[in-house]
Order: sequence, then structure tokens, then C-alpha cells
Amino acid sequence: MSGAGDTISADEIITIELTVNGTPRLGHVEARKTLADFLREDLALTGTHLGCEHGVCGACTVLVDGEPARSCLMLAVQARGCEVRTIEGLAPEGTLGPLQQAMWENHSFQCGFCTPGFLMQITALLAENPAPSEAEVREALTGNLCRCTGYQSIVRGVMAASGAAPGGG
Amino acid sequence: MKPPPFAYRAPESLGEALSMLAEHGDDAKVLAGGQSLVPLLNLRLARPALLVDLARVPGLAGVDQRAGGLALGAMARERTLERSELVRRLAPLLSAALPFIGHPAIRSRGTLGGSLAHADPAAEIPAVAAALDAEMVVVSAGRGERTVAAKDFFSGYLSTALEPDEILTEVRIPPFPSGMGVSFMEVARRHGDFAMVGVAAAVRLEAGYIAEARLALTGVADAPVRAVDAERSLLGAAPDAASFAGAAQAVAQRLAPRSDLHGSAEYRREVAGTLVRRALAAASGRAAAHNLQGDLEEGAIP
Ligand SMILES: Cc1cc2nc3c(=O)[nH]c(=O)nc-3n(C[C@H](O)[C@H](O)[C@H](O)COP(=O)(O)OP(=O)(O)OC[C@H]3O[C@@H](n4cnc5c(N)ncnc54)[C@H](O)[C@@H]3O)c2cc1C
Ligand code: FES
Ligand code: FES
Repeated sequence: MSGAGDTISADEIITIELTVNGTPRLGHVEARKTLADFLREDLALTGTHLGCEHGVCGACTVLVDGEPARSCLMLAVQARGCEVRTIEGLAPEGTLGPLQQAMWENHSFQCGFCTPGFLMQITALLAENPAPSEAEVREALTGNLCRCTGYQSIVRGVMAASGAAPGGG
Repeated sequence: MKPPPFAYRAPESLGEALSMLAEHGDDAKVLAGGQSLVPLLNLRLARPALLVDLARVPGLAGVDQRAGGLALGAMARERTLERSELVRRLAPLLSAALPFIGHPAIRSRGTLGGSLAHADPAAEIPAVAAALDAEMVVVSAGRGERTVAAKDFFSGYLSTALEPDEILTEVRIPPFPSGMGVSFMEVARRHGDFAMVGVAAAVRLEAGYIAEARLALTGVADAPVRAVDAERSLLGAAPDAASFAGAAQAVAQRLAPRSDLHGSAEYRREVAGTLVRRALAAASGRAAAHNLQGDLEEGAIP
């Protein structure tokens, strides 16, 4: 990056390299473009959903270097050099990973809008804590809102997944 | 909504970052974890011309023991501190408060320095910094380094002693007396929301009486409140319900919290008193347990 004394311009295009779902990707973005919009618009990874765009709903949650992050509160330029994982990276196209399978079997979701954010947050939880208690599951999911299910079926799905597949989907 | 246009730099040294701030002054903003700043950009409540991202400046995210206390880099992430065994040992009050901040995905990006610099009146970390007498190390290109005590750092609603050309680099937490019991409690509308009222308490007992007490509150004023009078009133007192109720009353009487959508001033004052009472009781209980543990280890109790 250039040093002090340079002229700054708000509409310059910045080139970024990052890894998305294991694949190296190149982007040319305005600084103001969020990671969520970069994933959806530039990489056509529209599985990452945008609800509130200010960090409250959790629909846009992705993993950045293994940690859950709000992609609406991260600029694409901040992800330079990072490893990003999205819902599309959980299992090969057309198949379900063990976490997804468990959630499917437990009717965890209804409309599906919140689903990608929940699945990424749960993936992070199970990676750190492969056999969480129900209280730990609920604590980890406080930052993800679902307007359909009432959460019971989601928690049930996670409990099933943690029994079935330690380490997560 | 989407952020307005701005320029972005990610300097790779502190010197470079400082000269950018010196050059662009009020037009520039430091970007740390972005968990407070990016929402403001998305809502277009902030319109900086330049963002100076500190993520690539080396040496700003350390979590180190120094002189018996802690030296914490401003860019240390809240989640990293929450997981740190060293922090649990040397600043247990901070460890107790961190899980109350937002949600895991917020804490995995949000930083210690960002929370202190943003100084939300309902944030947890500023109250902990006040209770622990933390010192903020602040650097600028023109004036070099200075150290600001927590009691001088928070100057009002969302405002601190930081000048636009300054960067908060480190937070120093003095050695924490052994045998201190701690407690952090808060009431929020929903789990993970900013506190309506939060209380940080620490108590040390000697021979069954209170030898030291720390008490700080968040959410009840424009800046964190350190309840020094109540602390003093507890010295030498028995750690019992009457002492805690007295302290709670002393705190509540002096508060003039805001009323807002989430709760009236009267409600906040009531909750503050209740939480002070409960947090002091919990901290005292833990202090008593520490002392018992210490006695056992020293063989004083066979
Ligand atoms: C949904 C949600 C819920 C939240 N809930 C809580 C909560 O319950 N409690 C709570 O305390 N916080 C909460 N937060 C805020 C969160 O803790 C932020 O991470 C924190 O307040 C700011 O840290 P940051 O690193 O993200 O800073 P940023 O957003 O990057 O910066 C915040 C401000 O501080 C300045 N700044 C940052 N670092 C420095 C530095 N080193 N030197 C000088 N200036 C600096 C920036 O210029 C900016 O003005 C929540 C956020 C969200 C989105
Ligand atoms: S869209 Fe990111 S948290 Fe709601
Ligand atoms: S399934 Fe509809 S919002 Fe969660």
C-alpha cells in the first residue's frame, strides 16, 4: 500500500487476492464494498444472505480464517490474504455435509433465509467445541436471528449433528 | 444501506499509519475490527474521506505479561482475550466481562482498543478499564507517546482523550492483587445487546473483612462510572447483606441515568442498585473461596 503524502481518492479500485472455499480468487473492488457484496456480486456466491447490514441478524455470517464474522461488517479489502469460507464451501454442489444432513433431518429451517448464517456459525462452534451442551449451543447462536422456527428445531439439529459428526460439517 | 465512498490504506508500520493521520487529520478514521465503525458507515452516520486500517501494523495485538500486570495490544481481538488463560489469571474481571459483548461473530473481529476508543456509554470494556485502573498508551506523529489513566480517558458520550491524529496502541493493566474475587453482571433487553446497566465488582477480604473493593458501572451515564465513594464505604466492613445494600444505595443515589426506549432513568437506577448488591455478594463469595484455597495451599488448614 502506498505511504503517507500520496493523494487519496475515494473511487480508486483496489486489487485483492484471497482464498474463498479453498480456491484462490482475485478481486478489483472499491474500498467501500463489503465482503458480503463482494461474495454475492463479484463471485456470484449468493448463498451468503444480507438481512440487516449492520451486524444484528447474523444472516451474512461467514468464516474468515476459521472464525465466524459478519460479512456485512467487513470490507472486502480487509479480507486481502484471508481464507474465507461460505455456505457454498460446506459440501460439494448437490450434496449435504453431515451438519446439513442433521439439520435437514430435524426440519431445522423453514424459509431458509437465515440458514447460511446459522450453518456457518454452527460450523465454527463445532470446530471449537465438538460436543457442546444445549446451553452452549444456544449461547453460540444468540447472534443469529430466525423469524420462522422459534429456534427449537435448530437447536435440535445442532445437537443431532454434534452427536453424529464431531468436528462439524 | 451501503457505505459512502472513501479511500483506504493499510499501512504496514505504525510510523506510516501515524503520518497518514497527521496528514489527513479529521478526514481520516482508524479502522480496527470495524464492528462499530462499519455499521456507522453502512448507515452513513460516518463519512470519513480515508480509512487507515491498523490490521497490518505489526506489534499491536500482543497479549503479554509485564511487570506483574498485563500489556494488551489495542488490536487484540475480544475473542482472543476471552480465550486467553493469561488474561483469566491476571485480569479475571476482563475475562468475566468479555462474553457479554455482542455475539461470538462480533467478538472475533472487535478489538480491545476499538471498544475503548469508541467509548459507547453502555460498553463493557470501558467499565472494566475504569475498575482496573488501566492505562492507555496513545501515540501521535507530532507529539510522540503519552499515557492516559482510565479516569482521564473517557470524556463523555462516545468521546475520549484521543486526538484525531492519535492511535491507541496498548492498554496496561496493573498487577491485580491476589485473592481478589470478581464479578461482572448486566441486564440487557436481549442476550448480546448493549447493557442497560452493567456492574464490574472486585473485592478482597482480610481476616473476614473487606480490605479492598472496586466498583464500576456502565450504561448509567455518558461514560463509565467508578463508584469511589461506595468503594470507600466498604473498607473494613463485613461482607454481608447490610454492607452491600448500603453500597448499592450510595451508588444509586448519585446516578442520573438517561431515559430511553429501553428503560427509564428510574428503572436504570433501581437495576443499578440491585446489580451492585448482587455483584458485590458474588465477588465477596469468590474472594472468600480464594482465601480458603490459599490457606489450604499454605497448609494453614490441615
Ligand atoms: C450487533 C453488535 C452488537 C454489539 N454489542 C456490543 C456490546 O454488547 N457491548 C460492547 O461493548 N460492544 C458491542 N458491540 C461493539 C463491538 O464491541 C465493537 O467491536 C467495539 O465497540 C469496537 O471495536 P472495533 O475493533 O470493532 O472498532 P472499530 O469499529 O474499527 O472502531 C471503532 C472506533 O474506534 C476508533 N479506533 C479503533 N481502534 C483505534 C485505535 N487503536 N486508536 C484510535 N482509534 C481507534 C475508530 O476510528 C472508530 O471511531 C457490538 C457490535 C455489533 C455490531
Ligand atoms: S446482514 Fe450482516 S448481520 Fe445482518
Ligand atoms: S427459517 Fe426463515 S428466518 Fe430462519
